[in-house]
Amino acid sequence: MIKIWSMKKEAENGQKKKPKTSAAQLRVQKDITELELPSTMSTNFPNPSDLLNFELIIQPDEGMYKGGSFKFTFNISNNYPHEAPKVKLTQKIYHPNLDHQGNVCLNILREDWKPVLNLNALVVGLQYLFLEPNAEDPLNKDAANDLLRDRNQFKSWVAASMSGKPVKGEPYDYVLAR
Amino acid sequence: MSHGNGQAHTQTHAHVDKVLEKGGPFTDEYFQAGKDVKKFLREQCKVLIIGAGGLGCEIVANLALTGFSDLHIIDMDTIDVSNLNRQFLFRSSDVGKSKAVAAADFVMKRIPNVKVTAHHNKIQDFGDDFYMQFNLVVCGLDSVEARRWINATLYNMVDDDNPESLKPLIDGGTEGFKGQSRVILPTISSCYECSLDMLTPPTTFPICTIANTPRLPEHCIEWASVLEWPKVFPSKKLDNDDPDHIEWLLNKSLTRATEFNIEGVNWSLVQGVVKNIIPSVASTNAIIAASCCNEAFKIATTTAAYLNNYMMFIGNEGVFTYTFEHQKRESCVVCGGETMDLEVKDEMIVEDLLEILKQKAEFQVRKPSLSNDQGNIYLQYPPQLEEYTRQNLSKSLSDYKGQTILVTDANLPFKLSLRLV
Repeated sequence: MIKIWSMKKEAENGQKKKPKTSAAQLRVQKDITELELPSTMSTNFPNPSDLLNFELIIQPDEGMYKGGSFKFTFNISNNYPHEAPKVKLTQKIYHPNLDHQGNVCLNILREDWKPVLNLNALVVGLQYLFLEPNAEDPLNKDAANDLLRDRNQFKSWVAASMSGKPVKGEPYDYVLAR
Repeated sequence: MSHGNGQAHTQTHAHVDKVLEKGGPFTDEYFQAGKDVKKFLREQCKVLIIGAGGLGCEIVANLALTGFSDLHIIDMDTIDVSNLNRQFLFRSSDVGKSKAVAAADFVMKRIPNVKVTAHHNKIQDFGDDFYMQFNLVVCGLDSVEARRWINATLYNMVDDDNPESLKPLIDGGTEGFKGQSRVILPTISSCYECSLDMLTPPTTFPICTIANTPRLPEHCIEWASVLEWPKVFPSKKLDNDDPDHIEWLLNKSLTRATEFNIEGVNWSLVQGVVKNIIPSVASTNAIIAASCCNEAFKIATTTAAYLNNYMMFIGNEGVFTYTFEHQKRESCVVCGGETMDLEVKDEMIVEDLLEILKQKAEFQVRKPSLSNDQGNIYLQYPPQLEEYTRQNLSKSLSDYKGQTILVTDANLPFKLSLRLV
């Protein structure tokens, strides 16, 4: 066998044993403790010792969705950051970039995710969806068409849907902040 | 044993003997030709092979033919009919059997005096004790997660007081006509985690394209698996290995494809997309496995310089290889960051440790968060977790003596490992 040990002694001076936290876990610890959440966002950990599953609550203070309280679930796999976290909205809302099942159309959640990105990038991206709904790349095509056709009408439908009223016959969840 | 077999065995060794009986221009300075090195290779060296698939089949056969005689092979998988074109240790009668067991049996039947021990397991089923018994680990995996696990495990096993605890890891990987082999010496060279950013991310498509403007057969399949499945079966998890589930996805995707005039949706594409199957090419596997086994042989015998430390192979158009030394990454989650011993007094509590850290000019930490292998000790943010872990601030540091505490902070490259003494 090669004499690795003598190389090791040369290579370093008394490095010590490291504990067995999984690489994903440790990266999540770093990401979470270094989150910079503005006053419009907060997190909730149903099990505070499990950092891989948590909720993000966004309460926009401007834009068409102002006054709403939107709860997303984050599910991070042991292959983070190679794989992006799985993010879903828990409520059914009227929004061009979210479908009725809570799927989110945000590029960095899927096709543009890279390990150099972090949770901060994702939460900023999610908040942006409420400030600037994007009708160009819709997930809810109906809502997107409504927005393109008549912005004011769309705005009033958003307001109605957030207070739990149906829009064009489709029921929505009550999402106004208490 | 038949005469013919015995002769074949001697002949195999005769070729290998040529490089073990005298040194050459590239021989390591520690190399000592002759009996001892042969004995180590053929009787003592114990090698673990992880994965008994396309690469693993090649690796186990190559190592056995090189003269290694004590091999272990792990694979959690069973043989599928689609494996038979390239996983040449398996026959159609083996379909459904454990890959590790079938590969081990085949090699032992064909190559005399080789013992291959099969483990039909996940690598995570075993602990340090198991991995400690080997001299070398050779990986032929297709999973990033498994590679990250074994890399971190071997890294963490390195014990300063025990030279035997450092296990060279030889990692092979292929993707179609491309492949790589690398030698990882845990704690010495850059590790697998260091290069995580270089990996091709799994293929995904924008969810809005899938939902509204599909153009490719893959879009239809993702539509069925990502959007339709959870809608129709909200409480049932999609099982990629269940033929009924694949059948359901196929039918859904076909309907969608017809609606949008898209051609090319079929059973194997559905399976390929949902399981993220990357085409596997037998010749690439053979080349990469050969490189890995060559490295295993060189490391075990020191007959020649081993790979330092990354060889990539691209066979898409012609043959191109490039070898370079992948550097350690300072911000690597597994091997990056500093490690130090910190002397603490018994009467100190966790809160004192935070103060000590903040006052150490060399770190510049401001809001250190602490954890160990049991979980979180103190997290600075978000408020809920700070409150939850605050109770630990008054814990005595004597509870943590001898343990390693991981410190993360925005000002650290990644982390700092502290051992309290």
